[in-house]
Amino acid sequence: MADEATRRVVSEIPVLKTNAGPRDRELWVQRLKEEYQSLIRYVENNKNADTDWFRLESNKEGTRWFGKCWYIHDLLKYEFDIEFEIPITYPTTAPEIAVPELDGKTAKMYRGGKICLTDHFKPLWARNVPKFGLAHLMALGLGPWLAVEIPDLIQKGVIQHKEKCI
Amino acid sequence: MNRLFFQPHQAGLSKVQAAEHTLRNINPDVLFEVHNYNITTVENFQHFMDRISNGGLEDGKPVDLVLSCVDNFEARMTINTACNELGQTWMESGVSENAVSGHIQLMIPGESACFACAPPLVVAANIDEKTLKREGVCAASLPTTMGVVAGILVQNVLKFLLKFGTVSFYLGYNAMQDFFPTMSMKPNPQCNDKNCRKQQEEYKKKVAALPKKEVVQEEEEIIHEDNEWGIELVSEVSEEELKNSSGPVPDLPEGITVAYTVPQQQEDSVPDVTVEDSGESLEDLMAKMKNM
Repeated sequence: MADEATRRVVSEIPVLKTNAGPRDRELWVQRLKEEYQSLIRYVENNKNADTDWFRLESNKEGTRWFGKCWYIHDLLKYEFDIEFEIPITYPTTAPEIAVPELDGKTAKMYRGGKICLTDHFKPLWARNVPKFGLAHLMALGLGPWLAVEIPDLIQKGVIQHKEKCI
Repeated sequence: MNRLFFQPHQAGLSKVQAAEHTLRNINPDVLFEVHNYNITTVENFQHFMDRISNGGLEDGKPVDLVLSCVDNFEARMTINTACNELGQTWMESGVSENAVSGHIQLMIPGESACFACAPPLVVAANIDEKTLKREGVCAASLPTTMGVVAGILVQNVLKFLLKFGTVSFYLGYNAMQDFFPTMSMKPNPQCNDKNCRKQQEEYKKKVAALPKKEVVQEEEEIIHEDNEWGIELVSEVSEEELKNSSGPVPDLPEGITVAYTVPQQQEDSVPDVTVEDSGESLEDLMAKMKNM
């Protein structure tokens, strides 16, 4: 896993039970409920620790997800839209999160704005199927990516802040 | 694939469109059907499965073989899921992220390991990673490695479809040491993919239902009832001639031999007739020839 802080955060995210993908009808509904429960808990934890950093919602079928994430750097709040689709092999494979407005601005990204995760992520996810869910994906995937990329992009002047906060 | 096909004048086309154009120019008699989409989404996956099961040479029939030439784990798992569900034989190919190793793998649902039966196989690198990884850079790309893997993939396809040689279930390529490991892997009875487990059951039933093959060793002796004239079979070349025309065979590893051998010089052999030096000059000899 990444570092001690991330490890602690992840250990407080409830793990999931149902091994079902979007083609599994009733079992998928069950999985979706667990996803939402886990996400809600994670966001609550973040709010309590004053580290609230994202919101997510999905379409009715739970196959398309979208929302926002934000990152604080030098007392300034940067906000980005995020989106992803659930692949049919979920949860064996994790969804690919995209930050469309950063497309083309960093080498750590594929075409369309899909973020490129470190070598550590995939084996970690594979070892924890089906316990890991979207909350874990956010905590172990998007979170660390933002922490590395955003300061770098700011420093290079590639992105400017849209709103001042805090 | 894009390294093998894309040319500058094709900028703007999708990879598959560019591939189709290039291939059609090479062989206009091949039939192409081109789709450009993400196969992992729920909508596209259904269409993808439909084309595998209905897109054969004869419309409505399944294809004979699926070849995976994608560059990511998620797409491979998706193809694996589709082929396990459809009982479709397929071959997977890939090149490592550092571009110095690659592999091909044949998957027959139920009979051999599927892509989910074990964690992804890696051809052992035996190199210091530090010589390859540069800070801040994700992956390397060597079209030469891809060319080699593409070649061994198509070779395996030809052997499979035309039934010659040994079809490898797994063939690896280590470019740094020029090492080609082969092996085959049985399916995992506890594979996470329930269709793989189902295919394994069906395969076991199919094997059990086959008649038992008796292996009988028969020695074929050509015997004629009578041999009135006493005819014998004798080699065209005498034993002594054979011995004189063969030389020593060099010490070679298994799988390599020489095309022919050269005999060593023998002292007591009968000397051949050699040309004489008559003392004539070159011009004399040329004139002599002319006047013959």
